[in-house]
Amino acid sequence: MSAYAIEGSTGLWEVVVGLEVHAQVISQSKLFSGSATAFGAEPNSQVSFVDAGFPGMLPVINRECVAQAVRTGLGLNAVIHKVSRFDRKNYFYADMPQGYQISQYEHPVVGTGVVEVELSDGSTKEIGVTRLHLEQDAGKSLHDQHATKTFVDLNRSGVALMEIVSEPDIRSPEESGAYLRKLRSILRYLGTCDGNMEEGSMRADVNVSVRKAGEPYRTRCEIKNVNSVRFVMLAIEAEAARQVEVWESGGTVKQETRLFDSGRGITRPMRSKEDAHDYRYFPDPDLLPLVLEENWIAALRASLPELPDAKRARFRSEYGLTPYDAAVLVAEKATADFFETVAKGRDAKIAANWITGDFFAALNRLGATIETSPVSAANLGALLDLMADNTINGRIAKDVFEAMVETGKAPADIVEEKGLKQVTDTGAIDAAVDKILADNPDKVAEYRSGKDKLFGFFVGQTMKAMAGKGNPALINETLKRRLA
Amino acid sequence: MSLDTATIRRIASLARLTVTEDQLEPLAHELNSILGWIEQLNEVNVDGVEPLTGGAQMAMKMRDDVVTDGGYPEKILANAPDRAGQFFAVPKVVE
Repeated sequence: MSAYAIEGSTGLWEVVVGLEVHAQVISQSKLFSGSATAFGAEPNSQVSFVDAGFPGMLPVINRECVAQAVRTGLGLNAVIHKVSRFDRKNYFYADMPQGYQISQYEHPVVGTGVVEVELSDGSTKEIGVTRLHLEQDAGKSLHDQHATKTFVDLNRSGVALMEIVSEPDIRSPEESGAYLRKLRSILRYLGTCDGNMEEGSMRADVNVSVRKAGEPYRTRCEIKNVNSVRFVMLAIEAEAARQVEVWESGGTVKQETRLFDSGRGITRPMRSKEDAHDYRYFPDPDLLPLVLEENWIAALRASLPELPDAKRARFRSEYGLTPYDAAVLVAEKATADFFETVAKGRDAKIAANWITGDFFAALNRLGATIETSPVSAANLGALLDLMADNTINGRIAKDVFEAMVETGKAPADIVEEKGLKQVTDTGAIDAAVDKILADNPDKVAEYRSGKDKLFGFFVGQTMKAMAGKGNPALINETLKRRLA
Repeated sequence: MSLDTATIRRIASLARLTVTEDQLEPLAHELNSILGWIEQLNEVNVDGVEPLTGGAQMAMKMRDDVVTDGGYPEKILANAPDRAGQFFAVPKVVE
């Protein structure tokens, strides 16, 4: 593909991006305490003395959270470290009662990996993963409830997060979007994070710098806490343009933390103090090294589900789908499962066309998801069967489908109720054709004198006369015979 | 290693401790004594020795993923200097 570049007054600039993604781990209880993780509970009702940083409380790690991190590492084709450690990252904030976050600094549980992304021109690119580590989430601050006070809810305090750090391999907003979507898809397939950016269970810090081709990296800025794929892409565009302007006007980009203002489409510096990033990491004396057994890792590996890349390859080879259809159908596991139910024992390409066409259009129109769809996979499959055995033709199928969307009924019932069964009785078709020909002697004469295009007119008129229920192949055949 | 008063001021601010100007010099002196004492450890040769992160030569114990704690907001909030309903209330944090 042609590389993304920013045209400045001194020539073309390349954008260099690395992403740090914070993904909330799916688990029943917190990383180091037995309190619940469920979203939306009463304030401070899912908080233990450990989460609230009470003196003398000791953290005990949740095995499932470690397993989720290992599964994610395996899904990212990454190295799993059999020995890792936890450190304290010290900073002061009202919603972090311990005064430090338990994190992994020098020895993360997962090392280097790779994510392959598909780009719009059909090419693929590998984005390196530097590391994945486990850490605690902070509580939640509400700044807009009171004029002079901030309200703090510690329910989220201590929930496990995976921080997934990419290499600075990303070179355009498009690549950043492709990486985030692919990562989210992998996390959802694995069931390790719900990937819901709107609810904050996945958020990204974006590191951006610019350079001229062939140069070493220049100074980067970090844009904190961007909460949608689209905003990440817009933030990169805005920040790269700003940096090009700074360099070209003779200035120097200074390493700093910035925020993306989505309303104005710009980034601005955070007002935090300079020394806010002096985290004074040191090993957490409350926690022994995390040691993983080889056979435990092997068991986790053996229980991994089929992941998007493997499923995409299988959809292409097993069902003969185009690369595009395969990519669309595997993006969400629920969609892939839906497709396989419809395609089983049927023409897979027709199934794919219906799902990516009429079915997705209907979901969009209703604002529904696969889970809330009024049309089940079994019913869509039954509709394809009615077409395959010539009970209805393709045109009527569209009407039946719309009725299924509206009522949620089975297609056979709709066909029965509305009398939509295809007419394959040659006597009825002959009669309809004869009437059309008798009613339009001038058109028949024109056709016979060489105006071939009129054939479509006769087909349309016959179909109309039969209320759309005629078998198209038989109508064509009969017309050809009578007009010959 | 020697700490000057500017460093002491910075450490205090990072730890959210109030240290008055006249306390800086004595604190620097005390902390430098402590650091000097600990620096004696540098005399030990630790080539090829793994850093020790605990007194016990064992791996971390893990617990099952079961909800066993929480559900007592009144106890959590009992010592809060200020609260609003079931929230902690703190002086406004701006960012």
